Amino acid sequence: MSPLDVIAEPLSFEFMRAALAVTLTAGIVCGVLSCWLVLVGWSLMGDAVSHAVLPGVVLAYVVGAPFALGALLFGLLAVTLIGAVRDTSRVKEDAAIGVVFTTLFALGLVLISVTPSQTDLNHILFGNLLGVSRTDLVQVLALGAVALGVVLLKRRDLTLFAFDPVHAHAIGLSPRRLGALLLGLLALTVVVALQAVGVVLVVALLITPGATAYLLTDRFARMLWISPLVAAACGTVGVFASYWLDTSTGGTVVLALGAAFALAYLFSPRHGLVATRIAGARRRRPARSPASAPSTT
Amino acid sequence: MSPRRAPAIDVRDLTVRYGDVLALDAATLVLGHGRVCGLVGMNGSGKSTLFKAVMGMVRPDRGTVLLDGAPPARARRAQAVGYVPQSEDVDWAFPLSVRDVVMTGRYGYQGPTRRARPADRAAVDHALDRVELTDLADRQIGALSGGQRKRAFVARGLAQGATILLLDEPFAGVDKRSEATISTLLRELAADGAAILVSTHDLHALPALADEAVLLQQRVLLHSTPDEVLRPENLALAFGLEITP
Repeated sequence: MSPLDVIAEPLSFEFMRAALAVTLTAGIVCGVLSCWLVLVGWSLMGDAVSHAVLPGVVLAYVVGAPFALGALLFGLLAVTLIGAVRDTSRVKEDAAIGVVFTTLFALGLVLISVTPSQTDLNHILFGNLLGVSRTDLVQVLALGAVALGVVLLKRRDLTLFAFDPVHAHAIGLSPRRLGALLLGLLALTVVVALQAVGVVLVVALLITPGATAYLLTDRFARMLWISPLVAAACGTVGVFASYWLDTSTGGTVVLALGAAFALAYLFSPRHGLVATRIAGARRRRPARSPASAPSTT
Repeated sequence: MSPRRAPAIDVRDLTVRYGDVLALDAATLVLGHGRVCGLVGMNGSGKSTLFKAVMGMVRPDRGTVLLDGAPPARARRAQAVGYVPQSEDVDWAFPLSVRDVVMTGRYGYQGPTRRARPADRAAVDHALDRVELTDLADRQIGALSGGQRKRAFVARGLAQGATILLLDEPFAGVDKRSEATISTLLRELAADGAAILVSTHDLHALPALADEAVLLQQRVLLHSTPDEVLRPENLALAFGLEITP
């Protein structure tokens, strides 16, 4: 087997090509949105929304509606409920998130147990990359394009919302509306990524790429490139590795992401553990002799 | 300046409660254009709440806020309101450069995608020059000293062309040079007609900086010249050393 076959053989199957297309789309869209989620501190919100879509998906399946529609509705419902509980009771946001998303997730599990066909449970929970239909593919591509388009058009406002909502308010923008936009985009993106890695692991695609990019650069504009590239690269590696190793595709993709994060965490030139430890050791040790003689010019 | 021009900041009888906590109690503060006003009070005296009320971020239980004679929303849309946050309120690890931050002062003039035009870049360059940060413009904001960080945010207000400038503790953790730069700049802005409200713990700098000062303790205890406000018996009122009348 030539090295080329490692790539060529899987791609000779249509289901693998579809799997790769879905993974790349999900990776890119999640990777881009991930930058804001990490900076605003909404990782938990991403986790919540991704779990809360489960009943929507099941209900859509039951009534034969598009997957995405049910997921989107329940994603928005979760966000609304979380906001309502937080704003109208003394319960803090993390508790509101915890209560709402676990309840909705549980509702999803119960709905699955009363629907006749239970074969799809694993697909919803853990993704079904190898069973992507043509409709699924079209849906993922279309929704991905919408999410990506909106997020890129409003990227500067979203960044300002993440950095300084008070200033956004002072210049006449509405931080509340920008927050709502980000949440809507989050729900949409979860739907895009659902097919690839499933309800349980979507949050990995929503957090890990942005967190990895944040370790690698001090420029938001660069984060916006690095994060989707990391996600797409890990997605590709994961899909091929799972083919050859015969492992869970979604699981392998997320493991690849985790490995990429670990590398950045350890070896990022400026913010990695190794670099900061070395810099710290240098600072503590008094300079015994100058590293090089001062040069006269 | 026309004498009939409405005051820049006109806060009347403002009461704000957070649940059971009385943050502001019938506070009245009128500040004209071209004036610098120092806001003096303890932590929890309502300074931040007053700023928020001026920006229209809290709903008052009673009283009114007018900016340039109109509700705050109009002044915000007119890009009149500039805000320099407290250091603790800023995420200094945020991956933006000094120039990026100053450019956000121009967003109100730009289209929905906030694409910078040449005029925006010129305004940002000019603002950076005035606060002497041109050489550091491409640094990540956290890589600046305390004073430089403050100047970056003042530059944002400059680029915005704000005529009502609110500064929350701009001299906390600031070196002497930055303090002087900021003070000089604020005096220049006031000379150009801006109204500037500065909350500060730095009482020594107040007489040189401010035309007037307000002693706040939920209520406005005193609104007078800085020298008058800084008299020990008056400060004692605001800082809890109650002198019974």
